[in-house]
Amino acid sequence: MDATPAAVPPEPATRLRVLAAMSGGVDSAVAAARAAAAGHDVTGVHLALSANPQSFRTGARGCCTVEDSHDARRAADVIGIPFYVWDLAERFREDVVEDFVAEYEAGRTPNPCLRCNEKIKFAALLDKALALGFDAVCTGHYATVVRGADGARELHRASDEAKDQSYVLGVLDQRQLAHAVFPLGDTLTTKDEIRAEAEQRGLAVARKPDSHDICFIADGDTQGFLADRLGSSEGEILDESGASLGTHDGAHGFTIGQRKGLRIGHPAPDGKPRYVLDISPVDNTVTVGPAESLDVSALTAVRPRWCGTAPAAPGRYTAQIRAHGGEIEVIAEPGEDELRVRFAEPMRGVAPGQAIVLYDGTRVVGSATIATTERTRPLASQSGV
Amino acid sequence: MADSAYFDHAATTPMLPEAVRTMTAHLGVTGNASSLHGAGRRARRTVEEAREALAAALGARPSEVVFTSGGTESDNLAVKGLYWSRRAADPARTRVLASPVEHHAVLDAVYWLADHEGAVVEWLPVDTYGRVHPEALREAIARDPSNVALVTAMWANNEIGTILPVAELAAVAAESGIPMHADAVQAVGQLPVDFAASGLAALTLTSHKIGGPYGVGALLLGREYAPTPLLHGGGQERDVRSGTLDVPAVAAFATAAGLAEERRAGFAADVGGLRDALIDSIRKVVPEAVLNGDPDPAGRLPANAHFSFPGCEGDSLLLLLDAQGIACSTGSACTAGVAQPSHVLLAAGADPELARGTLRFSLGHTSTEAEVAALAEAIGPAVDRARSAGLT
Repeated sequence: MDATPAAVPPEPATRLRVLAAMSGGVDSAVAAARAAAAGHDVTGVHLALSANPQSFRTGARGCCTVEDSHDARRAADVIGIPFYVWDLAERFREDVVEDFVAEYEAGRTPNPCLRCNEKIKFAALLDKALALGFDAVCTGHYATVVRGADGARELHRASDEAKDQSYVLGVLDQRQLAHAVFPLGDTLTTKDEIRAEAEQRGLAVARKPDSHDICFIADGDTQGFLADRLGSSEGEILDESGASLGTHDGAHGFTIGQRKGLRIGHPAPDGKPRYVLDISPVDNTVTVGPAESLDVSALTAVRPRWCGTAPAAPGRYTAQIRAHGGEIEVIAEPGEDELRVRFAEPMRGVAPGQAIVLYDGTRVVGSATIATTERTRPLASQSGV
Repeated sequence: MADSAYFDHAATTPMLPEAVRTMTAHLGVTGNASSLHGAGRRARRTVEEAREALAAALGARPSEVVFTSGGTESDNLAVKGLYWSRRAADPARTRVLASPVEHHAVLDAVYWLADHEGAVVEWLPVDTYGRVHPEALREAIARDPSNVALVTAMWANNEIGTILPVAELAAVAAESGIPMHADAVQAVGQLPVDFAASGLAALTLTSHKIGGPYGVGALLLGREYAPTPLLHGGGQERDVRSGTLDVPAVAAFATAAGLAEERRAGFAADVGGLRDALIDSIRKVVPEAVLNGDPDPAGRLPANAHFSFPGCEGDSLLLLLDAQGIACSTGSACTAGVAQPSHVLLAAGADPELARGTLRFSLGHTSTEAEVAALAEAIGPAVDRARSAGLT
């Protein structure tokens, strides 16, 4: 596209009233600018998601400081659109932060970004936007929405698959997709090109560093965050036979497949690294073992959400089981309230709580939350899980 | 879109053309009012004439006018400065009696004294209009008149427009020899403000709310008070507020203050009539809207109307009206632009849910019937829409 801001925006085929969610980062700023340049009637909104925002980015990672809100406001000034800050801190705390803590407490590994898209950006925010007379919510996600042959919306991977973020949008249904605008998804642009475009558009966030990790954990210390909320309680680290290898400060500190930070004094008999195989919050134990024991051949996921019509029969798809994971071949069988998935090849590091997103080519079919996995080599000490 | 209706004069009001003329006339003139040479003397003369004009407009002596950078500084200087000087004279004086409906410039200064300077704060009770009654102050003082450092209560509330009986309160404080400060930022130009008659020790006012420029204000300060300065330096302004004076701004401030006082009675009557029409038109379209503050016109600022719209988020209403070119305020304090429920309404005992759906409409010298008509047309659909968006 022409990155030079046009004096008079072209009249698009359908001029939409668009509410642009602006985090203060470069992606959402360029997305809002592109929507405005395309001739839509754009209003910017920054979501205040923390009840006690930090004043400055120093030491903070993401998008929830007063400084980020200021950056978003300055971007809106330059784009020439109205801008407001909406306080969704209470909803965010209930739907995202508390869920995040509860999932870890239950021994699972949640993805709060998916949860935020499902419950905040394309629920609380979208509903409020629609009620106030907006047609759509615009974000800086790298993904594409197209209209299928039957008029239904299809969510696809971004043209540039390296930056694709369709995984964290896999929770959106037809209604949500019908009101979603992702201006960054359909162009082959590197991050440097997005920054150059921001620079050309006069947006001061052009050189702002990318946000990482979890926005509501300012210092990036997830374990410290969880320990503050869940406390620490010493439990045992076991090997596959159930023999104690050491102790830990709380089962919630671990993720399936984790290798670092196990603090087991002596090496394994075979000298190979050990990984977290199982987390049991009930008796506060963590089971570790060799990489081969992580192999999973199938999983069952719950709370399926379909971008369009739910598939009627088992079928072959590709799947992604974590935000930056690759694609894997699966056979997926949709059930009433669950999704059963069998992998073509054994998979490692399948963590309950993460989402599995199914793809048909580049099209997102749907997603579900991983609940249980089936090991290729059942754990000696555990039956199932 | 051009603003078609501006209802946020309590935030700031357009400069009077006369004040613009005064200011521009002085912008090209060199001279530090503290310098001893001719250029300095000319600047000093401008400042002193402004001081005399301002004093005359507000019933003060020229020596009682301390120029500052605006309302926030004046409030901080009065509250912290009087606390420090009174406590220095007698370490037992650590009690601060304050109204809970103050502007943040007073409120947060008081909280700061409590957090960092050992102040013991007592928030004076208010009625449902946010008004402090003299008996409440008398009771609070009587618990131990010897340890009160100061009393602070605003002349008229910036959010809901309620007028407080500051002269009566000052008289009660004076019975025990306690100085009282009043933030009169919203009162000047709308209500008769006579510093000498008020019995106050200190009074805050600011220029940009009365048609003068930004960045200049004053603390009227009784001659017997020497608050500990916030700013140390060259010893300007009675050694209470150091810093080179902004001569063009000070001069234009005085022009605006003089005109505000000269035109006050007529302005109050005209703007009050327009405000009453605004209230009537909102009530006609949105009968369930609740007028906050004193419904008796004698008890509220003539240019203020403040409503709660049940079931609506103030933010939503503001956005919808803004999209129609109508500027108003949710009337609440902002941190990163996030609206908090108004401490004023909560102090006055309002339902916290109602306190979220508020709008303040404040009028001024450029307000017109056409603006009120534009609001009357837009408010109904905006309320319907905001209500369907609900409370998040």
